[in-house]
Amino acid sequence: MISVHNLVFRYPHGGFRLGVPALDVAAGERLAIVGASGSGKTTLLDLLAGIRVSGAGSVTVAGEELSRLTDAARRSFRLGRIGLVFQAFELLEYLTVRENLLLPFRISPALSQDAETDDRLIRLAEETGIAGRLHRYPDQLSQGERQRAAICRALIASPDLILADEPTGNLDPDNKRRVLELLLEQVENHGATLVMVTHDQDLLEPFDRVLEMRDLDGAKAA
Amino acid sequence: MKDILYLAWRYLVFNRWKTGILIAALTVIIFLPLALELVLDRSSERLRARAADTPLLFGAPGSALELSLGALYFSGESPAPLEYAAVAELGDTGLATAIPLHLGYRVGLQPLVGTSPDYFRFRNLAVAAGRPLALSGETVLGAAAAQALDAAPGDGVVTAPESVFDVTGTYPVRLRVVGVLAPTGTPDDEAVFVDVRTAWIIGGIGHGHENLEDPTASGSVLKRDDSNIVANAALVQYREITPENLAEFHFHGAIDGFPLSAVIAVPADGKSGVLLEGRYQAPDSPVRVVRPAEVMEELLATVFTVRQYVLAAVALVGAATLATIALVFLLSIRLRRAEIRTMTRIGAAPGRVAAILGTEILLVLAASVLLAGLLTAAAATWGDEMFRWLLLSET
Repeated sequence: MISVHNLVFRYPHGGFRLGVPALDVAAGERLAIVGASGSGKTTLLDLLAGIRVSGAGSVTVAGEELSRLTDAARRSFRLGRIGLVFQAFELLEYLTVRENLLLPFRISPALSQDAETDDRLIRLAEETGIAGRLHRYPDQLSQGERQRAAICRALIASPDLILADEPTGNLDPDNKRRVLELLLEQVENHGATLVMVTHDQDLLEPFDRVLEMRDLDGAKAA
Repeated sequence: MKDILYLAWRYLVFNRWKTGILIAALTVIIFLPLALELVLDRSSERLRARAADTPLLFGAPGSALELSLGALYFSGESPAPLEYAAVAELGDTGLATAIPLHLGYRVGLQPLVGTSPDYFRFRNLAVAAGRPLALSGETVLGAAAAQALDAAPGDGVVTAPESVFDVTGTYPVRLRVVGVLAPTGTPDDEAVFVDVRTAWIIGGIGHGHENLEDPTASGSVLKRDDSNIVANAALVQYREITPENLAEFHFHGAIDGFPLSAVIAVPADGKSGVLLEGRYQAPDSPVRVVRPAEVMEELLATVFTVRQYVLAAVALVGAATLATIALVFLLSIRLRRAEIRTMTRIGAAPGRVAAILGTEILLVLAASVLLAGLLTAAAATWGDEMFRWLLLSET
């Protein structure tokens, strides 16, 4: 599903440098990436999502080498093939939960909403326990419910790959475990691959593989 | 496009108070100059037309503006009175038709205008229902006055007493409505017309009471000799002029000395007008002649000067408001950085995000323009009345 070779990335005005000599993630694999703050976890996820493009090396996701795509093609690819879950949920406050779930269809003409989308939305909402909250606004939900809604939004377009950036970082211990279980369950139900970044060592047990950022990052490893 | 509109609309609806305030501020800065221009243009056009239609006005020495406003628009204080003899004198010159005007009384809130049948011909006033004035005690109502008083031919209307606390003042007189004029869009629509004699009776100069010479109706006679009959306060005074009691109404004194508010002079031709003006130019003349068109031009020149200052002030306030609104949008974009970042990270093109934000601004602008348009249309409908009321009733 993911193949990274000799990836080198530098921020234009910063001293930060990320180098990943090699990373392969199989389809359906559940990979956790751990590391200290500032180690480049989020930057790596951005590179895997095509939000940022590396200066050197290659990132191939589902057979597409992202650096070879135009900006528009990369956005379309991301919308259709990659689901993103953020630490701070990132739900739009002025949209209801239902509207937030359908946001990917509203922000780009690359996706089109149909009856199947509606069925999928209902199914996802029922599976994640927010079916009764679809017409509420994010500020009317608990933290756990918000993250469940964010997970649903990431899965709404049936992506092949879910990239989760510390999705439990803002949750209490009970909710952390519940949201993680839900995320893993949904990823499995939908046959997706999961790459999750976290610095919480207690959550690593259910993952197929755990990688340390410092082992991944060639520069730092050296 | 539908999705962009939808997201922009949802943001504005969710932040309805902020949106409402922005729309209100923009509406005001669009509406004010528009309405001011429109109302002033239309009102001044009507004021000018009325003044231009009235060649010369005769009145007592005093304010030309007060005379013009009173005689043309039935507004403001009643002009200082001149004697009825002026009408006869003017008629004697053979240079113009003299139309008397007696102003100052009211029926409800409508101005009562005592005049002659010439006035209706001069102003091209057509009777839409009923018939024209024929006798004292009758009234013909302007279209708006009939509506305001809820009166039609066959009804009666009662004049307003000048002061309910003044027992020596004029008493209410009941007038019979015989006609309603067709609407003209001029101050005539608001007026209650009577003949001049009726206006004098309302003012107490003429009166009617039971015939004291009739022995059967003289229960109140105190003394009777060859030349005089003295009656007590029980004498029945008529408060309505009817065909039956019309003969009992009479005036004490010479009619030439009775008061009028103004006389409209309609010269036979331009030369006659100039000759008439020349005759009354003497500083000690008891009568003043004015050309209403010139008086109104002077008034409007002042109004337009004020308008320039008002427009300049509105422009300044508008610029400040626009700058503030621009700042609000910029700050709002700053506050929404996380939201914008989320949308672009999920897969929105920067151009699409900009389009959503731009559409929000356009929707606010469109709502403001629409609202300002509706308010301007309302101002076009009622602004003329308001303008006349503000300008004419306060002068």
